[in-house]
Formats: sequence, C-alpha cells, structure tokens
Amino acid sequence: MKLTLKIWRQKNAKVKGTFVTYKMDDVAPEMSFLEMLDALNKKLVEEDKDPVAFDHDCREGICGSCGMYINGHPHGPVPAVTTCHLSMRYFKEGETIWIEPWRAKPFPVIKDLIVDRSAFDKIQIAGGFISINAGAAPEANSILAQKKKSDEAFDSSICIGCGACVAACKNASAMLFISAKISQFALLPQGRVEAKERVRAMVEKMDELGFGSCSNTGACEAECPKQIKLTNIARLNREYYKAY
Amino acid sequence: MGKLNSKIPDGPLAQKWTKYKASVKLVNPANKKKLEIIVVGTGLSGAGAASALGELGYSVKNFCYQDSPRRAHSVAAQGGINAAKNYQNDGDSVYRLFYDMIKGGDYRAREANVYRAAEVSNQVIDHFTALGVPFARDYGGTLDTRSFGGVQVSRTFYAKGQTGQQCLLGCYSSLNRQIKKGNVKMFPRREMLDLVVIDGKARGIITRNLLTGEIERHGAHAVVLATGGYGTIYYLSTLAVNSNASAAWKAHKKGAFFANPSFVQIHPTCVPQLNEFQSKLTLMSESLRNDGRVWVPKTKDDTRPANDIPEEERDYFLERRYPTFGNLVPRDVASRAAKERCDAGYGVGETKLAVNLDFSDAINKQGKKAIENKYGNLFEMYKTITGMDPYEEPMRIYPAGHYTMGGLWVDYELMTTIPGLYAIGESNFSDHGANRLGASSLMQAAGDGYFVLPNTISNYLADEIRVPKISTDKPEFAKAEKAAVERINKLMSIKGKQTAASFHKRLGKIMWDYVGMTRNEAGLKKALDMIRELRDEFWKDLNIPGTANELNMELDKAGRVADYFELTQLLITDALNRKESCGAHFREEYQTPDGEALRNDEEFAYVAAWEYIGEGKPHMLHKEELKFEEVEMKVRSYK
Repeated sequence: MKLTLKIWRQKNAKVKGTFVTYKMDDVAPEMSFLEMLDALNKKLVEEDKDPVAFDHDCREGICGSCGMYINGHPHGPVPAVTTCHLSMRYFKEGETIWIEPWRAKPFPVIKDLIVDRSAFDKIQIAGGFISINAGAAPEANSILAQKKKSDEAFDSSICIGCGACVAACKNASAMLFISAKISQFALLPQGRVEAKERVRAMVEKMDELGFGSCSNTGACEAECPKQIKLTNIARLNREYYKAY
Repeated sequence: MGKLNSKIPDGPLAQKWTKYKASVKLVNPANKKKLEIIVVGTGLSGAGAASALGELGYSVKNFCYQDSPRRAHSVAAQGGINAAKNYQNDGDSVYRLFYDMIKGGDYRAREANVYRAAEVSNQVIDHFTALGVPFARDYGGTLDTRSFGGVQVSRTFYAKGQTGQQCLLGCYSSLNRQIKKGNVKMFPRREMLDLVVIDGKARGIITRNLLTGEIERHGAHAVVLATGGYGTIYYLSTLAVNSNASAAWKAHKKGAFFANPSFVQIHPTCVPQLNEFQSKLTLMSESLRNDGRVWVPKTKDDTRPANDIPEEERDYFLERRYPTFGNLVPRDVASRAAKERCDAGYGVGETKLAVNLDFSDAINKQGKKAIENKYGNLFEMYKTITGMDPYEEPMRIYPAGHYTMGGLWVDYELMTTIPGLYAIGESNFSDHGANRLGASSLMQAAGDGYFVLPNTISNYLADEIRVPKISTDKPEFAKAEKAAVERINKLMSIKGKQTAASFHKRLGKIMWDYVGMTRNEAGLKKALDMIRELRDEFWKDLNIPGTANELNMELDKAGRVADYFELTQLLITDALNRKESCGAHFREEYQTPDGEALRNDEEFAYVAAWEYIGEGKPHMLHKEELKFEEVEMKVRSYK
C-alpha cells in the first residue's frame, strides 16, 4: 500500500508544532498501525533524521501506553481497539492519514505524539484505592459479593488509562476515567467503606487539574477502546451526591 | 560452592517460614522512616513491595521506565493466579501446590522457596480481594476458580482474561495510597543504568531521566530489583516491546550472580507470526486449553480449511501422546509437541508454523454464551489481530518466547550475592525451576512483593539503623555515573547506518533458531559465533540520531540491545554447560526414545549460578546443589 502520512511534529512543550508529510511506499495490510510507524522510524533513523516519538509498550491493547489521534479519532476509526491493535488493513490504497497527539490542556505535549498523562495518576493517588495494608485482609470468601455486581465491577475496572476519553471530549473531561474506578469500588462490598471519601477526593482532584465538566455528548464512550459505559458516569454522579 | 549460602532455615519444610518470621530481626517503627529503600519496577512484585514497605513505614523510592506505574507488563498476564485455597474441595493443599511446582519445574527449583511461595499464595488472594480486585465469582458470592496446565486441581483465580491487569491495578492502587501518604516517592520514566556498590553493599542506583536525558544519582540503604524477565531476548516474544534485562544485567556485572539463564519458557499458545514487520507476538491464555483441543491434520501438507477436515482425519496430538493430562500438559511439553508436528510437516496456515486450537466441541457442549463468558475478550483480541473468528473456525497458535525462569541468584531471603541487593518476581530465579506452571507467575510476584520481601529485608536493615542517609556525593556514585555517561557517549558516537531494533531483530532470530525450544551443542556454538559477529557489527554500524540530553528512544533501545549481546552469551554458555534436558531446556542430545526430556540428576541437580569476573573473561560457575528432602526426584511424566 502507498500512504501519505501527515504527522504532528513538535520538538518539546515549549515550541510550536506542525504537521510534516511523509510518503510511505510499501505498507503491508497485516501491519499494525505502530508497526507502520516503526517502518517510518527505521527509514528516518537510517537517514539520521529524528524519528517520530510515540508512547507504546505491551502492543497487545492492555497497558494503555499508546494513543494518538488518527484521522480525527482517538486510536483511529475502528471501534474498540487501541492504536497498537489497529490493523493497516482498515486503510485504503493511496489514503492520507492525519496523526496527532491527544489534545487536552491537562495532557501537555512532551514531544511529537507523546503527551504527559500524569494527571491521571494524580487523580488515582487522590483516592483511587481501598485502604488496607498487606496482612490485614480477611479470608477472601468471608465477604460475599453478588456475582452480577462483581461482574459489573469488572466491566468498569478494565479501563487502561490511555486518555482517549479525555482526548475525545470537547471539554477534556475525565469523567469516564474517574467513573470507571468509582464504579468498580462502589459495586464491591470491599469498596463501600470509604466510598464517600473516595468520590470527593477524586472529583476534587479532577477539577483542580483542569479537566472540564461532562459534555453529555457521549464522545468518551464512543471512542473508549475498552468500551467503558456511560452508565458509569451516572453512577459517579449518584455516588457524588450521596457523599455530601 | 563456597560463595553460595542459600540461608535455608532449619526444621521441617512446612515450618521453615513460620519459624523464620518468628526469629527474624526487626526494625523499630521509629527507625524505619530513616531507612531508605529503592525499588526498581512497578509490576506485581515491585509495586507490591513498594506498597508493603511503605505501609511498614520505610522511606521508599520506586522507579519505572513507563510514564506510569500502571503500565508494568504484569498488566498483560491473562489467565489467572494460583492459590492453595481448596475452595473446590478437590484435594488441593499448600503441599500439593508446592509439589506441582517442584514437579512442573522438573526438579530444578529450591524446595524451601517453592514451599513458601505456595504458603503465601492464600494471603495473596485474600489481599487482592480486599483491594477490590474483581475476581470471577459464583452465584452464591464466593470466588470461582478454573484449571490450568500441569495440575489436576482447580486452583486458578481469574478475572476473565485480564487477571494480570486486575491484579496490577490492585497493586497500583495500594502504591498510590502510599504515594499519597508520602511513604513512597514515585520516579516514572527512569531507566536504571547502574547499581552503586559501596564497601560491598548495594547503596544506590544511577538512572537516566528518559524525558530529559538527565543522569541522576539515588542513594538508599537497600536496593530491590523487580525488573522482570528477559523474554525480549528473542526480539519477538509475548513481552512488552520495551521490557529488558538491563537493570539485572548491570547488577550482575557489579557482583550479583546470574542463575540458570538458559531456562526460558516458550509459551505454546500464541498468535503465530504473520509477517516480517511484526514487533511482538500476542499470547492467547493457557486457560484456553481447558476447553480448546489442539490438533493438526493427519496428512502432511493438508491445505483444506480446518472445518472441512473430517474428525477421523485430525490428529489431536496432545491427547494422543499424553492421555492423562491431554490438552492440559505443561507449557514446555505442549510447545515441543507443537514444534515436533510442524517440523514434521503437519503444520497449518500459510507458513505451516501453526497448529489448530479448536473450540467447536466446547461450544457444542456448553453453548456459545458459556465460552464467551470465559474467554470473550481473548476471542475478540484474536479476531482483531488475525481477522479470523474463533467461534467459527479454530484458532491458529504457535509457541513464542514468554517467561524466564532464570534470573538473578537469590537466597531464601531473596537477597542476591551483593548484600543489600534483592531480586523479586520474575527477575530472580528461585521458584519455577526449569519450567513455570501457568498462573504461578502472578502468584510468585505478588507473594514476593507483599509478603516475603517485607519480612526478610528487616533482617538486613536491622543492622543498618546506624547508617546515616546515603550521600550520593561519594566517589562510588561519581564513578558509576561516569561509566554510564561514557557508555552513552560511546553508543552515540558510533554514527553508523543501522537501527538498534534491526540489530535486536537479527539477534532474536539467531536466539530463536539455535537457542529456542530445542538446542544442540553444534547449534549453540554456532549461535555464539554469530552473535559475536553481530555484536561487532552493532558497535561499528549502529545509528542513534539526536543527542543524549533529550528524549531519545533510539538511545534507550540501543542500551538494552547492547546488554542483550552480553546476556545472550551467558545464556548460551549456560545451555552448553547443562548437558541434560530438563523442563524448558531441551538438549536434543539428551532425550528418551519417545522424545521426552532426559534429566541427569547425578550430574545436574544444581542451580548454575554464574559470576561475572571481568570484561572478556569467561564467567565463573558456582553450583548450588539442590537437595530434595520432601519430594523424591522422579521422571516427570504427564502421559
């Protein structure tokens, strides 16, 4: 396949970035999107040019490292896949592909397609945990949990922290991200004990870090590679009201 | 033997850990705050250790190369985590879990460590459940389990196919709680470049800030490596592409012995390589073998689609060769059996390097819904990658490099041969012998981090309470930093033509071809020569654009590959030395008439611990003899 890539290049956070055009002559349809970028970078390095910087690690859709805007969609146009799992077979011969970093104030660009997502860690540090020390846990089956609720908790807990929800939202809201963690713990008996403190602390931190409010458009759910449901946000709101 | 003291406590096996804990030296709570501990890595073992040490009141500094501790590669473990809870009333016990691991490891692991890993497994499950890990449950509200390879009980706790992710996020949450409390300081995007040893004790590390290129010094009273395995030595593996052995290798060169480096697990169920550009291989959880049946056509070069091949023309080779365990034989056995069929010309798919994993029987018996509940996300992942639907046709799978049983040599306290330097989780060698059983890596990593190390490290630190904060102005720090900078400069100044990844790929190919699922003396020697040549080429023709004083991912990669050129040589040396077949280490010269591994307990019932004695000099071998007091060494049979 022949492709034209328009990639956002930005040396660092201080300088302005711009789109740079690259021609790719022999992209194989079996490549993943990142392998296509690997091929570009190989060429650039061999020409002693600066390769395109992007975050990536597990390359099996679970670590949450990778993420970029591809043709106007976080992780590209195919639903429910991360960038590392996006196959080039979804692109057409001769297509032009626009590749950009996440655009959100709380995620400043570090270089090219790499953004600083440490704000997500800060929110989790504020309250995304159950306070229990190693050694203090009761026997695992001594607290029963309804299978249905536990399964729902699992569905919320599979968020990979990639940031696509924030990037997709016109308000750069982190509601879907937070609500996934709040829901996971709210649905489990182990998490109920400090549910109020948790939701207050996480929401407060989210606001402090400059994430916007929920736009109610559902863009986050539509773009989430793990298909985290909007109902989590409803549960977050309910938990929040209960906490005051 | 002289240099190795495994410090195994006296007394009966089942009481060693209890007695140890009751007699170990403790650190007064007021003194803990003054003691600093560095933990490198944030997977199950690293984040677990950092959390638990923080909870105890130590001052912890935790490092990872990713942008967030939540991305450590434990996140990708799929199938489950073992514990000896015996919730199924199927005859399980701590002893049986211990026995299965010893046998599964082909009698090359240390009894006392393995018993302890089995013992703390139950605490691990209790702790994760309390941390809010949403393990699968039964309708009555209790935890559910499933079966895994190499055992006949159901002891594997799971969260669909994302057990690693859920456990890791549990660890991440407990780590975050300690960060909030100020007990742990987190340093993401840092690469450990060297270990600093002062007066024979581990006292700190040199790191590179991967965003700025800044070289940093960090001092501590003890250093814990939780840096994972070296499966990416094959380039293509199930590991994260940035996983590396550099921290462990640097520690090795500073005096930590490296044990059994040739024990590498090749996982049987991975998505086969599709093309030459591929950057990694994706694991399909071993749990799939609970319901999937592995087969190839009975006729060579049969190109019919799998569904068109009638039942009587299929060879369910695992069921045929191993009627007792069938599709649930351990990984090493399953991998070699698949390789044997493919080498003999019965492989499927375009490359003929794949076998079928067929769910049609299970779907017919249990219904599609039941299968979807158990493996839904794995089936989707497979479909995403290959475009084939496993509900409609068999998966195609082939073995891939996965887990390294070898690692830094540690004693019972998980301390390496450098006082004050510990290795936990996959980075040490101690619990899995020559082959790891499924779902026991999460178990061991979390056990080491949360429950073993926090107890053993006080035995060392109790004598360190009078040592003031370690100053990074000491000459040893300056020297280590200088060496790290010099090496970076050396890599930067090559200015050749080729990328680090292209060298890595070629190195991996050599390793896979000659040091993979089976090995022989001629091949191993050939690989040594080829790697030496490639290494020379690397140091002449590598190119890294840009500078070292900025984010430079090519430089990050180059440093890791340079270390792999050294580790591969030790790995092969170890494989040559071990003139027997055991577990995943299969020397073609040593096999039974029906193609099974032929151990040599007379000569090789030992841990091979290798000492680095200087650049260009051959490693020195130290043997830790393995004494089996509880378990009788038998032929490991799954037939």
